[in-house]
Order: sequence, then C-alpha cells, then structure tokens
Amino acid sequence: MEKIVLPDIEDIHILNVYVQNGGFTAAKKAFAQSTDDIIDQVKKSGLRGRGGAAFSAGLKWSFMPKSTDKPKYLCINGDESEPGSFKDRQVFECNPHQLIEGILITAYAIGAKVAYIYIRGEYHKWIKLMQKALDDAYAAGYVGEAMKQKFGTEFFCDIYIHKGAGAYICGEESSLMNSIEGKRGYPRVKPPFPAQNGLWGCPTTINNVETIANVPPIINKGWEWFSKIGEPKHPGTILFGVSGHINKPGVYELPSGTLLTDIIYNYAGGVPGNKKILCVIPGGSSMPPLRGDQLEGVKMDAESLKTVGSAIGTGGIIVMDEDTDLVTVLARISHFYHHESCGQCTPCREGTGWLEKILKRILAGNGSVSDIDLLITVANQIEGNTICALGEAAAWPVRFMVTRFRDYFEARVSKEVNLQVANKVHSMRHTEFPLAEVKN
Amino acid sequence: MNNTVFKFNPENIERINKEIQKYPLKQPAVMATLYIAQEQNGYISNEVIKEVATLLEMTSEEVLGVVTFYTMYYQKPMGKNHIQVCTNVSCMLRGGYDIWNQVKEKLGIDNMGVTGDQKFSLEEVECMGSCGTAPMLAVNEDYYENLTKDKVEKIINSLKNKN
Repeated sequence: MEKIVLPDIEDIHILNVYVQNGGFTAAKKAFAQSTDDIIDQVKKSGLRGRGGAAFSAGLKWSFMPKSTDKPKYLCINGDESEPGSFKDRQVFECNPHQLIEGILITAYAIGAKVAYIYIRGEYHKWIKLMQKALDDAYAAGYVGEAMKQKFGTEFFCDIYIHKGAGAYICGEESSLMNSIEGKRGYPRVKPPFPAQNGLWGCPTTINNVETIANVPPIINKGWEWFSKIGEPKHPGTILFGVSGHINKPGVYELPSGTLLTDIIYNYAGGVPGNKKILCVIPGGSSMPPLRGDQLEGVKMDAESLKTVGSAIGTGGIIVMDEDTDLVTVLARISHFYHHESCGQCTPCREGTGWLEKILKRILAGNGSVSDIDLLITVANQIEGNTICALGEAAAWPVRFMVTRFRDYFEARVSKEVNLQVANKVHSMRHTEFPLAEVKN
Repeated sequence: MNNTVFKFNPENIERINKEIQKYPLKQPAVMATLYIAQEQNGYISNEVIKEVATLLEMTSEEVLGVVTFYTMYYQKPMGKNHIQVCTNVSCMLRGGYDIWNQVKEKLGIDNMGVTGDQKFSLEEVECMGSCGTAPMLAVNEDYYENLTKDKVEKIINSLKNKN
C-alpha cells in the first residue's frame, strides 16, 4: 500500500536522500504553472485539512485576496497538543523536507513570501530536527532568496520556526497568530477571517503540518491520482495515531475510510489480554466517543464518522478496554479543557470548571442522578457560545460520553435526586427559553 | 534577589537579534527571548521582564501577560532537573498516574515543588504528544518514553548520582 506522507524510504529525512528520491521536483513543476492552476489542482484533488476541521485545503487557499498591497503570510500549524495526537512529530522527524517543499508550493500558490512553522514548545527535539532540515535546505539553496537561482523563478520564500510555550489553545488558528505576534494566545473573533485579516492584519493562511506534506505528491502525481485514494469525499491517506489500551500503539498511515476495527485489530495488534473494548475516541480527546458496540463497520474519514455521530479530528484513536473507569477518564479530559481554557469567554472559563467539579464529585461517590443532567446542561451552555472551538472541544466529550454511556454513569451516582442541584438545573434550563427567542 | 539588575550576555543578545530578524516587528520575538532569558537566569524574574520589555520595545505588562499565559515560563527558580510527568488520557490508560505517584514519592515533592538541594523539580503536565509511547516523562528538554517503574527508578537514580 502506498504511503504519501511517511514513505518507507530509509533516511528520507536527509536532504540528499530526499532529492535523490524526486525531492523538490514538485516545487519546480509548480513554479512553472500559474498560481490559479496550483490552487485548482489541490481543490480538485479533494485534499482536506488534517488538523481537525477537515476543510478543503484548495478552497482555503482560494480565499486569499489576489490583489493587495499588503504582504501575505503562511502559517503551518504544528502545535499538536490534542491528547491522543502525535502524528506531526513523525513528519518533523521522518520527512521534514517534504513539508518544506509543501510549504514552498503553498506559499507560491497564495503569494506568501514568509512562512512560519509553529511548533509546540515541548517538542524541543523535533524543533531541532526541523531546524536542521531547514538549515540544510537553506544551505543547498532550496529556500530563501537562493531558490530563485535553484528553480529559475522570480518567486522566493523564507521559512522560520516559531516555538510555542505550552498552550493548547495556540493550535486554534487565530490564537496561533496572536502567539506568533508575541501576545497572549487569545483566539480572535471571526469574521474577519485570517485570509482577510490575519498576522499583523495581513492576509494569512493557516494549514496543518500533515496537510501541507501532502501537497508535493499531489502536484507531482496529479490530482486524479490523489482523489482516487481512499474515500472519494475525503481522499488520501491519514496518519492515524493509535494509543491507550492497544498492543502496538503508534502512527499508521492508511487510506482514508479504513475500517476502525481494521486499524485497531489488524494494524495496531488488538487490545492487550484480548479484552473487550468499552469505548473508543476516534479523533483526539475532544471528539465524541463511540461505544464498543458501535465500532463495527465504522470507516475512518470525515463523512463516514459524521454519520455515526463522531468526527475525524486529528485521527488520534484512543482505545479503552472493558476495565476502564470512564468517570475517571472523563474527569481527566474535563480537567484538561478547564486547564487549557484561555478565559476569554465566560461560558468556557466557568463551564469547563463546573464540568470538572461535577465529575470529581461523581468520582468521589457524592454524585446524584441530577448531576448527570447537570453535566449535559452545562455542556450545552458552553457549546456554540464561545469565540473559538475550545468550547465545543470541552462540551462534546462530556455530552456524548454521558449520553452514550448513560447506564454506566447512572450506576455511579445515587438514585436520590439532590434537590439543591436539581433546582439549579431547572432554573438554568428555564433561562434558556427567553434567550432562544431572542436569538431567533 | 529581586533587586539585582538583569542583563543579557553578549552571546544571547546576538541570539535575540537573530530571532528579531524573523519578524517584521520586535514584539514577536518575545517568546524566544523569554526562553533565552530563562536559560540564562533560571527563571523569569521581574528584572528579566523589565529588560525584555526594554529590548523589544514592549511594556512590562505586555511581557508579563505573555509569561503568565504560557506554562513553560517559570516565575520561580525550578530544579536543575525539571521533571514533567504526563497524566493525560493516553498516558493515564497506560499507568501515567503510577509513574506520577512514584516520582512524587521518590523525590518527596508535589506538583511544582522543588527539592531542598535545587536538584529536582516536578510538574504534572498535560499531553506532551507521546501518546503512542506512553507513559512518558520529560527531564528538561528530553523525553523518556515507554516507561516502566524500573526505568523511572533508573532515570532518577542516575540523575541523583550525577554531580
């Protein structure tokens, strides 16, 4: 089976090996075509973002204004902080030059002269590896002003690494831009969208590392070739990171639409001790979890996962066996989102804290049946009421895990209704009605 | 300690100037500059904040805002070996909390604590991106993955015996 992003070529991370294997021929090919042609090919290939939202990459590029006197920027999102995701570090380590080539082609297509690779601060080792690759590419004339001569073109682009410092929220694109600008990583209100008003108020495109690493093969082998891999509506390969209760955890590059059970049992070696699966989170900790009995026939691509009530996210598959304590898991996930909430929006800042507190109360054995409804009420009041998607990221795991494992959670709480809490839930619900009317 | 004036050494000034060149303005270099300052000073003191602000033409408040937003800048001296244990979901499922408790007991300190000899400090961290090689811990910049209790014992003992 063909691998696109992480090919099985020894030492492909070394510049010479990459060049010997056809490296930078896609860039040369691209620079000989018009920028519209490049965007058109990527659009037709069906390449969708690999960072979570699965948005069409070509379409995103086409939002960049053609005529503007402002400089344009490209940001590569390598913040990779979603629990369960560990794929981009493989690209930095194993195939950095394909990422560099992808950046050059993308920058050319959107007209950016500067690109920033935002890498999370904890990835010291991978920042060094990526910087080494970048230094080599600069020295050989593939990046920077020297590329004019190397490729015989007027276009050139500089690439810099921007090191993060431990904030999950900086993986959100507008927060990432604020972080690059040297500010607190607060997400920005949209619109205006980055293509109009991004880094320093200039047109900006932000793409995930894996998305951009897919670009050179698309240019080289053609969009028809790419569009035929995997599921037609979400073509290509996806880097699936499998973790948790699994025999062979790791990153597996497989065509989109590969069966979830196939990934778990055939590629990742199944569950230790042949235990049954209680729960699987298919796309990183913020995506709706699936019950063990929901997994049969589930295909791993954006559209198929939507139909079963989850989402592809970053492709980080977290497997939990039958002995897992789901209340502990959910309390840990909620602690994470509480910790990472930037605090700008009240529903998220306060709501994530309440979710954590309620779950810890249940965990301590003091929960009552009204707490379960309270969790869902609080989650619903976060979702959709925040500037960025961290609200959804915090609400989804709670809402879906509690709904899908209702029996499990009910077994963990006292049957007696805590009147104080129940009244609170009731009054909170009551306030929703007039607000709903105002919205309409 | 708070009254000592902080100045970057010439080498670091050069590194900072290189960082500034990446951007059209000076402020974006603040994150890298703070890392360099932390390296030189051990932690981010008020004096460091003042110096960084002057250097990058920012206000001290803006610099402080950055320092407090990101978890990797420390406003107090940390140990020579800053141990970070991940306890997030994927690590937790594979024994992350066992490792956390083991390290806590072995060093006799809790979250964000520093040992009396300043040799170790401890931090419970969120996902470090090592879910496929869980459980994990990091000592300063280095990851130690696929941990077992034995491995942790060896790592900490070898650090204890080093100078």
